[in-house]
Amino acid sequence: MKAYSLFRKDWQSELRTRYAINALAMFILVTISVILFSIGTEKISEYLTGGLLWVVIFFSAMSGLSRAFVSEEERGTTLTLQLIAAPSTVFSGKLLFNLVLVFLMNIAITILYSALFESFVIKSFDLFLIAFVLGNFGIAISSTIIAAIISKASSKGTLYPVLSFPILLPLILTLLELTKFAMDGNSIGDSWVEIAVLVCYDVIMLTASYLLFDFIWKD
Amino acid sequence: MNNYSLTLEKVSKIFGRRLVFKDISLQMSSGNVYGISGCNGSGKSTLAKIITGLISPSNGKITHLFNDKKIESENLHDYLGFVSPYLFLYDEFTAEENLYHFAKIRGIKINNTRVDYLFDLFNLSDRKKDILKGYSSGMKQRMKFIFALQHSPQLLIFDEPTSNLDNAGKEAVYKLIEEEGKNNLVIIASNEEVDLSFCGNVIDVEKFKIV
Repeated sequence: MKAYSLFRKDWQSELRTRYAINALAMFILVTISVILFSIGTEKISEYLTGGLLWVVIFFSAMSGLSRAFVSEEERGTTLTLQLIAAPSTVFSGKLLFNLVLVFLMNIAITILYSALFESFVIKSFDLFLIAFVLGNFGIAISSTIIAAIISKASSKGTLYPVLSFPILLPLILTLLELTKFAMDGNSIGDSWVEIAVLVCYDVIMLTASYLLFDFIWKD
Repeated sequence: MNNYSLTLEKVSKIFGRRLVFKDISLQMSSGNVYGISGCNGSGKSTLAKIITGLISPSNGKITHLFNDKKIESENLHDYLGFVSPYLFLYDEFTAEENLYHFAKIRGIKINNTRVDYLFDLFNLSDRKKDILKGYSSGMKQRMKFIFALQHSPQLLIFDEPTSNLDNAGKEAVYKLIEEEGKNNLVIIASNEEVDLSFCGNVIDVEKFKIV
């Protein structure tokens, strides 16, 4: 409940300041436009569109999700949060905020992408949905803990994608594989190994994040 | 009177190769006002932050007890009210919204009687629906006291409490220190003689430096 209250505070703050939403919306539009312009009239392969989808998602996440902690640090309100909530509450609240943002962002990207790229056709929708949901959880968890780490650094902008890349790489590679399977029309049963990898990734990242956050949050 | 006590045992702080202070041992209890003095850069704020648990000491141990029960560091925020120049509230929210969110995140009900009293004491009642972005630095400082006292904490730490305040603001702070000092443990870190005149005991951080 306390974490939900922190999420509500962040959400209300986001609606007023538009720290993350504007950055995310602009990034999504610009990236998809650049891809469209660079392709031109050429017809690209199905697998390539599937890969590009996750490239757009990865970089969009990099442009907006760090705000959860960076905005607190920039406004000097980190201390205020430390004085009103336990570290686990702060992490849960921020994770909830990033989860909502990731789901909204990725739903928008996927709808826009499906409408603009003819060759992006998902034959096994249920498999794609599972990959999409588990992938979003993974991106949100990893982004939140990395945002907490880099918020204390001086070069936040560059450090975020650099630090995120190795951590998100196993997740993105698995998601690419599952998207390919979903495009081929594979069943969930055929892809259980990749799904299990995603579940393990989410569980490990979540556990490690909660264990680590105490040390990151307190000086 | 609350039964809150704070014990510092041989607390030292070193930043890199610079020793801030060494072997501070103190015993503090509720119903008293304590002062921390020392020149600029002597470590007053550092000691205040260590007591609040915001930073860790390099050596030594700090124990918070309430009704003879040890308070764990993750729960300390429930017992603590802190005011300092480096504390910032949310500029995009009104004063009321700030307090609403803080109470919700703390998991407590808003005590309207208490909050109204504090708004009146700091003469902010007619501005409580304004966003903090439009507040002057003095008004923001007043607001920090309302934030610190909203949940009726047992331990109050005021770091440079009268910075940015006008005479009326200072008077409100002094009244508050006198009131809170009767039941709670109040610690003031300041260089102002008037601020420290309210303290029964004053710790000079300079004395804990070894050159």
